[in-house]
Amino acid sequence: MKPAAFAYHTPSNIAEAVKILASGVDARVLSGGQSLMPMMNFRFVLPDALIDVNGIAEMSGIAVKGDRIEIGAATRQRELEFSDVIRTHIPLMREAIPNIGHRQTRNRGTIGGSHVHADPAAELPLCSVTLDAELTAQSVRGTRIIAMKDFALGYMMTALQPDEMLTKISLPIWPKGHGYGFTEFTRRRGDFAIVASSILVHMNGGKIGRVAIALGGMGQGPTRVRQAEALLTGKAPTNELIREAATIAGKTEATVDIHATNEYRQHLAKLLTAKTLLKAIARAEGKPDV
Amino acid sequence: MSETRQITVTVNGTAHTAEVEPRTTLADFLRHQLELTGTHLGCEHGVCGACTILFDGYSTRACLMLAVQTDGHAITTVEGLAGKDGTLAPIQAAFQKHHGLQCGFCTPGMLMTLTELLRDQPNATEEEVRDVLSGNLCRCTGYSGIVDAAMEVLAQQRGKGA
Amino acid sequence: MGFRTIGARVERSEDPRLLTGHGEYVDDIHLPGMLYACFVRSSFGHAKVGRIDASAALEMPGVHAVFTAADLPASMRKTRIPMYLPNPALKVMLNPYPLAFDEVCFVGEAVAVVIADNRYIAEDAAQMVDVDYEPLSAASDCREAVKGGAATAHAALPDNKAAVYKVGYGDVNAAFASAAHVYREDFWQHRGCAHPMECRGVLADYDKRANLLTVWSATQAPHICKRTLADLLGRNPEEIRVIAPDVGGGFGPKLIFYQEEAVIPAVAELLGRPVKWVEDRREHFLTTTQERDQYWSVEIALDEGGKLKGVRGSMLHDNGAYTPWGIVMPYISSTTVPGPYVLPTYELNVTIAYTNKVPTTPVRGAGRPQAVFAMERLMDRAAREMNIDPAELRRRNLIQPEQMPYKVGLTFRDGKPVIYDSGDYPATLEMALQLSDYANFPQRQKAALEKGRHIGIGMGAYVEGTGLGPFEGVTVRVMENGKIYVSSGAASQGQGHKTMFQQIVAEELSVKMEDVVVTIGDTTAIALGTGTFASRITPNAAPSAMLASRDVKAQALRLAARILEVNEDELQLVDSRVEVKGGNRPGLSLADLAKRSLGMPGFSFAPGQTPGLQNTTYFTPPQAAYCNGMHIVEVEVDILTGGVTILNYAVAHDSGNLINPLIVDGQIQGGVAHGIGNALLEWMAYDENAQPQTTNFADYLLPMTTDVPKIVSGHIETPSPLNPLGVKGAGEGGTIPAAAAIIAAVENALQPYGVHIAETPITPERIIEMLHQSPAYDPMKSVGL
Repeated sequence: MKPAAFAYHTPSNIAEAVKILASGVDARVLSGGQSLMPMMNFRFVLPDALIDVNGIAEMSGIAVKGDRIEIGAATRQRELEFSDVIRTHIPLMREAIPNIGHRQTRNRGTIGGSHVHADPAAELPLCSVTLDAELTAQSVRGTRIIAMKDFALGYMMTALQPDEMLTKISLPIWPKGHGYGFTEFTRRRGDFAIVASSILVHMNGGKIGRVAIALGGMGQGPTRVRQAEALLTGKAPTNELIREAATIAGKTEATVDIHATNEYRQHLAKLLTAKTLLKAIARAEGKPDV
Repeated sequence: MSETRQITVTVNGTAHTAEVEPRTTLADFLRHQLELTGTHLGCEHGVCGACTILFDGYSTRACLMLAVQTDGHAITTVEGLAGKDGTLAPIQAAFQKHHGLQCGFCTPGMLMTLTELLRDQPNATEEEVRDVLSGNLCRCTGYSGIVDAAMEVLAQQRGKGA
Repeated sequence: MGFRTIGARVERSEDPRLLTGHGEYVDDIHLPGMLYACFVRSSFGHAKVGRIDASAALEMPGVHAVFTAADLPASMRKTRIPMYLPNPALKVMLNPYPLAFDEVCFVGEAVAVVIADNRYIAEDAAQMVDVDYEPLSAASDCREAVKGGAATAHAALPDNKAAVYKVGYGDVNAAFASAAHVYREDFWQHRGCAHPMECRGVLADYDKRANLLTVWSATQAPHICKRTLADLLGRNPEEIRVIAPDVGGGFGPKLIFYQEEAVIPAVAELLGRPVKWVEDRREHFLTTTQERDQYWSVEIALDEGGKLKGVRGSMLHDNGAYTPWGIVMPYISSTTVPGPYVLPTYELNVTIAYTNKVPTTPVRGAGRPQAVFAMERLMDRAAREMNIDPAELRRRNLIQPEQMPYKVGLTFRDGKPVIYDSGDYPATLEMALQLSDYANFPQRQKAALEKGRHIGIGMGAYVEGTGLGPFEGVTVRVMENGKIYVSSGAASQGQGHKTMFQQIVAEELSVKMEDVVVTIGDTTAIALGTGTFASRITPNAAPSAMLASRDVKAQALRLAARILEVNEDELQLVDSRVEVKGGNRPGLSLADLAKRSLGMPGFSFAPGQTPGLQNTTYFTPPQAAYCNGMHIVEVEVDILTGGVTILNYAVAHDSGNLINPLIVDGQIQGGVAHGIGNALLEWMAYDENAQPQTTNFADYLLPMTTDVPKIVSGHIETPSPLNPLGVKGAGEGGTIPAAAAIIAAVENALQPYGVHIAETPITPERIIEMLHQSPAYDPMKSVGL
């Protein structure tokens, strides 16, 4: 389980990095390496070149920009975990992060790496889907913004072109006092979720003003349950309504793999959505966590 | 032999300059080039944690890093924990006392994870200790000796601090 | 010294090296000029092997050689790896060739080996070795494999039935005919792999001048490795030295002799350079032996009062492609069923199937967990149907202490009748009930349910034959510096054998533990050895160490008496010195005596005196020593997700006298962890073509810190009459009843939904599937909706 040989590049800025990508070699961007390196050790991935972005200062950091948070793609999960900015403005992400792998992998793994690896059960892309994140992709051809809903195309597939690199993730800040909830079911601590539920709620005069309901682990990528959102928006959150929303979530298309059948995933989707929704609404209503 | 790069890395306080192939993992570099064989390889895909080292002070899988990436950085391995005279660090001594190891293969990774925890989470509860240790697999001990050792050293540290 | 070290909670002397990173495992050994190997392995479950073209690989820089079967020494080219465990029921003994050449029978079977400057290059080149395979139909599911007309796992075999046999005693049919209650169960039992954290590894170095082949192997049985290698290489056994250095866990599969252990020494000799192969985790998943599937169909008969009348049924075992450890493991399964109970009649019809998967051989517990699961789940079923408390039903059927020694009526794997040597099973049960606060569980359960929490309790009892002979010897010698040298074949994979020997020898010879120097796992250190498996070291090697020490002590006293011109009974051995009792005459140190024992001018040997103060004892136990235990576990099941949390785990355990409780507690805790894996997590999946599906640690789930609680354990020490220390084995008891107890607890927690579980492992998904069959199941309600 040793990686095959590759050429190793250490660009010091994004411009240099995308130049290498543009040269047409079969190159992979090495960020935290927590997903890429195992695949290389197994020789599932055998790139001709690695572009190590760990030395690119402009790709790391967390900043508040107006009503958004901008996070460099090479920012480590550890930094997000202990960031006051994240805790204050995106508590959903703060709640999600301890579920990502383990301390030892979060110390190295990055937010961008997680998005580009595009495991359908990964927590950070799920947060991005919930928040309608915007992703910045750069290449020698220029910079483009990709909406998160258009980014994750399928199982470990993204909208990035071969010459493009993910450099930044921009997340909108929800209004102060919004409710949030992130719940997932794993077989063991730190495993990829069989199903994860990620929800944001903003209450408006006793009614649900705005809601985002997302699921991870179900299918080809993290997905929003728009029908359930539409059902809830503008209504007072009764038990009946929540049950109905959860039932819709439980009908989300799901895949079968070695870890679970689609039926079990749908069962979890329904129940985790119900549970998470209750938590998020209670928080939005200013009630203490139970 | 493909091309090599020169790196300078500080391991357990000593600077080493070496030629490495880009594909050489940090674990293999430590084990084969520096002959620091205390860092073990149990899975080479980042799950078992036997190869855990401290990279600039933070616990990291040495099987998921390349040696070239450590140029200019500092590594601590299990060989760097005991005193120069061989005196065991408190966590090592506690492992012996609580039978926190049997075959000893996972032990270096466990110790490195706990070295970080003892520094960064001095008030960790047993639940927190177990959470952090969930990144290190052990097949022999059933973990309780390891957890007991960590809890004892945490309490000792707090005693000293007070 | 007066300090008792036997039985004391002594810290291990092995630890400081291991804690400071100075252990030496096979992969830590660097020899000058060493080359690295990577094997080319079958990617098919079953295929004919055609041409192997290594030309592209051989052209790569850094590649030294590629060997196929045809390139191996003639003695092993077309010779199957020998197997020393015949069983009359085993029709064809079948082991792999060192390298497969015409047919491959499981994914991962080695067909060639690449030797290169380092493992990276060796892996590059292995990918370039072109092997022509012609895929054949594979036998995957053992239930299909034993049906008529099924694809055979080996082209040359007429069917997949490796062995068909029956064990039992008494008139079981008459017992069933007259029984008041009969219940039938069908169990699917899956046990996964051992997964020591260190994979396997072999390093070989041939010294031409000394004509000595030295092999370092991560093996549990260096002496077996040496014997097998000598046979395959046609070499004198004493021209081979096998060393098991620090070994990073074993749990069974490292006792097997594998293809790589034959090939690496052979190619090291052919190349004249040291060659190392270290198994990576993917290879371990493919090629290291496992346990796997057993299908049991069994029924239990009881009388009106709940006394057992009989158990009968059948069992089908998936043995994989070969029989490297004979049929020992399923045989143990079939002879473990009666357990601690007075079971008047018993019959089990066993079929052992070949499939195109990696062979199965004993993994910690060695087939016993399955037998215990079958018996204990039958007991639970009977208890439920008859409305008797499960503990009470067991109580009514336990063998009583006054019935010891108890003859079960079966023949054990050592060919001797199963006779339980000692034990107080009712005491074990009562201790477990106390430790688990069993009496108050109903209140706890009721209170929890009122809060919507589902907790349950379950129990599992076992009796385990440990300490199989034939022997494990120990040499004890007083060195000329007065310290004691001890050597034994009892290789350690983490069990603390060195500390155990130090404890025994220090006490017997009245020396400090640190003055006892121990060499284990080196075939040159002691002529004969068996190996570390089957919880056999303490009952075999510990008595050897004790008896050898006593003989050496007698020699020392005899010699001292002659020198000091006193009677032996006036002498005593204290603090490494022989002193005259009560007197103030100068005594002799063990160092003095050791020097004198080698003779010196003016001091000749007494008639019959042998040189040195040394003894080698090969203690041979007359039969297995039977330990027993009862586990009671309390779990909580999340009916939303099917997730199971273990709340409390109590173990009452009797493995005879304890030499080091610290170590025994560690064995129990670790054993239970493995059992938790078997009950809830570990599943080695194969598809219909016998392709393994779970070949990494993200898909195959080992228990983590967060899955294993601290076990509450209590020891009963019923001495075994079979050895002078009264000891029994303790390495596997933690694992054996764990799955039975945990599954019972899960079932108990889900009583409101009438869930019945007849399989292991039980996954959250299966729990939810079962819950959905209950009309009472309304998960939304439990969320509060």
